[in-house]
Amino acid sequence: MEERIGILPAKARSHARYLCENRPQTTTNVNHLCAMKKIEAIVKPFKLEEIKDALSGVGIEGMTVTEVKGFGRQKGHTEIYRGSEYTVDFLPKLKLEIVLADADVDSAVQAIIKAAKTGKIGDGKVFVSSVDEAVRIRTEEKGEHAV
Amino acid sequence: MKNILLTLGLIAVIGASGFNVLAADAAPPKPSLEDRVTDLEAYVTNGSRQTNAPTALATSPGPGHNAWQMASAALVLFMTLPGLALFYGGLVRRKNVLSVLAQCLGITGLVTILWWICGYSITFHAGKPWFGGLQWSFLNGVDSTPNTDYGGWVSHNVFSMYQLMFAIITPALIVGAIAERMKFSAILVFVTLWMFVVYFPLAHMIWGVDGLMNGVFNAAAKIKAIDFAGGTVVHMSSGWSALILCLILGKRLGFGKEPMPPHNLVLCMVGTGMLWVGWYGFNAGSAVAADVVAANAFTTTTLATAVASFAWPMAEWILKGKPSVLGFCSGAVAGLVVITPACGFVTAGGAVIIGIAAGLVPFFFCFKVKGWFGYDDALDTFGVHAIGGTMGAFLTGVLARNVANPNLATNLKDYVKDTAFQPLVLEQLKAIVLTLLLAVVGTTIIAFAVKAVMGLRPSEDVEASGLDVSEHGEEGYHSDAYSSGRPTLAAAAAITGPVHASAASARRPATI
Repeated sequence: MEERIGILPAKARSHARYLCENRPQTTTNVNHLCAMKKIEAIVKPFKLEEIKDALSGVGIEGMTVTEVKGFGRQKGHTEIYRGSEYTVDFLPKLKLEIVLADADVDSAVQAIIKAAKTGKIGDGKVFVSSVDEAVRIRTEEKGEHAV
Repeated sequence: MKNILLTLGLIAVIGASGFNVLAADAAPPKPSLEDRVTDLEAYVTNGSRQTNAPTALATSPGPGHNAWQMASAALVLFMTLPGLALFYGGLVRRKNVLSVLAQCLGITGLVTILWWICGYSITFHAGKPWFGGLQWSFLNGVDSTPNTDYGGWVSHNVFSMYQLMFAIITPALIVGAIAERMKFSAILVFVTLWMFVVYFPLAHMIWGVDGLMNGVFNAAAKIKAIDFAGGTVVHMSSGWSALILCLILGKRLGFGKEPMPPHNLVLCMVGTGMLWVGWYGFNAGSAVAADVVAANAFTTTTLATAVASFAWPMAEWILKGKPSVLGFCSGAVAGLVVITPACGFVTAGGAVIIGIAAGLVPFFFCFKVKGWFGYDDALDTFGVHAIGGTMGAFLTGVLARNVANPNLATNLKDYVKDTAFQPLVLEQLKAIVLTLLLAVVGTTIIAFAVKAVMGLRPSEDVEASGLDVSEHGEEGYHSDAYSSGRPTLAAAAAITGPVHASAASARRPATI
């Protein structure tokens, strides 16, 4: 990040640094300085293979997947065990986390949405946030080279 | 002359005594071919041996009957380990699964020891109509020769081991009602007392050769009740005792607020299958012979169980919208429970009627009545075993038919008239009331006694974190991600010695 801020005119430098550190107010210009983004996508579990293939198609080859439970507008269900009724609000979903270079974000998000959409309630959501730093453990590369 | 007379007299005396000696040493009468064939026929048909002359079969078990009895004993043990263990284990929460297994295992060992010491003797030796004698303590005199009071062609020790399996599973059923909230130590003490106060006397009364309620085989029984495989002895006793114990123990922490669904219905179903198969030993084995009575019991058991297993989920489908696997399992167990006292005494048609009743009445209790009263019978021991056993004992009275079991004619000619409301029904009701009173009063006294001496419930911390890890030091299911697998500090110190000491001293704050 310092490299990139370094090329800015002096007046802009501290302002850019401040904006980068206080991310919610960041404008698109300053986004280029925080060069990596994280996509968190909550999707229906059976869509995983499709999404994985779609992301490969746009050049994204890595991700982390967690099994989660959650709900939004999709209603849960009721289970009955010998007269004891349980309402289950939380539905199983998958959370995909992908850290990637800023330039790739738009195409990745589009790929995910296209692959994960069924048109029914409960399809999920995609969140994009900025990442300060990334390091590849094996080679100790940093920044965009690490994702 | 005197010498001749003396000599003659001597010869006479010697001759006479010799003759006596010959008579005393005389071999028992040799059996004729007819005698031997009669004995062989008696073996095949499970009849009585002839009494003219003892044959080679006089003290021998009959291999066919003995083999079936041994197989049946193994099947009944299979019902507890692991049938019941898995059935109940799958129904509790993950953190308590091992506690159920430990209780089943612990009860097996404990009851076996009590049985050997004096339990078998109290239950099956003649004595008082409500309590047997102690002559067979430590299984003295209980050997491989048949005891014709109980099974003419089954080894006495095999019969004893068979009955032991019943004595084991009965208290194991109780743990269903108090699952997840009773101390292991309290359970073992409770079970020990319960066997002496409730089970041994009750089993003696129903099945003992001079039992108060042994209508089939004791002509002097005051209550002419019949119970083929234990509707009163096993199911009513454990079921009603379970209700009392769970009321005295109180509800689980979070009952009614926290969700407590079964953690593994797969285990539950596997356990159900094992219970069903094992129950053939429980029911058909109670004939103590591989004969026509056992064959009838096998048939009625199959019909009642399958019908009940179908009826329960059908009722669920209609009333709740979906047939559940737990419904199939519960229906099967309910069917097995209700047919237990009746299996050797009813016909196939009677078995189907029993199956329908077994699928519907316990269903009603588990779904509706339990909710009305709000007690925490965790695994429905009361709903299935108490209600099922009571109903089974009653229906046995209604549906017992002479054609199903020739033994009914021996002492019960005036009670089994092959009609629905025959006099036998009244005798069954008497047995039901006596059993209920014994179970309820006995359990109340024992439970309060154990509660006073050592307490019944674990602490709230222990109950909340789960009995497995707190009482048994084990977890049922591990995930490697969350355990380090390092040896404890104590073990490490044994290896590294001085390092441990210096590390400890390094941590001690410096004092001035």
